[in-house]
Amino acid sequence: MSTIENKNLPDAPATPPTPESLLDAPLVIGERRFNSRLFVGTGKYATYEQMQQALSASGCEAVTVAVRRERLVNERGESLLDFIDTDRYTILPNTAGCFSAEDAVRVSRLGRELLSQIGNRGASWVKLEVLGDKKTLLPDPTGTLEACRTLVADGFEVMAYTSDDPIAALRLKEAGAACVMPAGSPIGSGQGILNANNIVLCLELLKEGDSDYPVIVDAGVGAASDVARAMELGADGVLLNTAVAHATNPVAMAAAMRRAIEAGRLSYVSGRIPKRLYATASSPWEGTISYIPGE
Amino acid sequence: MTLLVNGENREVGEGATVAALLESLGLGGAPCAVEVNKELVPKSGHDSTTLSDGDTIEIVTLVGGG
Repeated sequence: MSTIENKNLPDAPATPPTPESLLDAPLVIGERRFNSRLFVGTGKYATYEQMQQALSASGCEAVTVAVRRERLVNERGESLLDFIDTDRYTILPNTAGCFSAEDAVRVSRLGRELLSQIGNRGASWVKLEVLGDKKTLLPDPTGTLEACRTLVADGFEVMAYTSDDPIAALRLKEAGAACVMPAGSPIGSGQGILNANNIVLCLELLKEGDSDYPVIVDAGVGAASDVARAMELGADGVLLNTAVAHATNPVAMAAAMRRAIEAGRLSYVSGRIPKRLYATASSPWEGTISYIPGE
Repeated sequence: MTLLVNGENREVGEGATVAALLESLGLGGAPCAVEVNKELVPKSGHDSTTLSDGDTIEIVTLVGGG
């Protein structure tokens, strides 16, 4: 016999999927497609050069920016846009610092105008933040919802930052948000994902009958393990800033985040084992020569 | 006439346009978005929008953020 047959085993799949093919699917948000599932902020770096290197090391294709009163140049005579390759990155303007729906709508329109002027793909989308309190930077759920409705009616693709409250997240989707972005923990806190159950519930409610609806975990990341965790829970992507910008080595941390996105995503699509209370041996019991207690 | 520009009072000539104000601030040509009394004035309207005494102007740009 030149072939080995085992009739007790089902046919093996012709070609099992490769890890690369499992990572192939792009993230689709509205009309935009991204090969990277990581979104990185441009704030709080020591220098623009460091930011450039970190963005590059992260592999991200979309970066967030803020809208602020014109001073045009920093003390070294440089401006942010001189350091962002607007052909490479889609710019996602935020409404950070807004505490009312009215102000968030104004800032969204100003951001859209700026991105239209520089001809970036990010014009018409916005990372909507309506904050309730300066100390916690937690979102104001009613203000966020109100602003979301206004912006959607005005033609924006809204990426809605929200708490990890599943019902608040669902209401934002119902209001027309292109993507809902629950926070793992407060902005810049580095506490990771404080309530994984709520993130799972957000994912369940938002993706019910609509599995491609994008959900991104935004805020609270402290280290690469937080990113991997979010992706393992089934998030479509992660948005972060401080964890990279304020790491001792931001460029190396950005590279860690890139790998964590891939590791977490691959772990999620590969189907993890269920958790059990008791151990299950990896080595066979059969043929052991030792004394086994209780047998 | 007096305008409130980014929170500071500034004197400009009567009948100044948004474009003229930007030019006088050294911002002509730079990407910047302008609001007059909380209403966006798109770039296409900078030349044709005339400012009035007491107007509140916001001129913004993009900065690093998360």
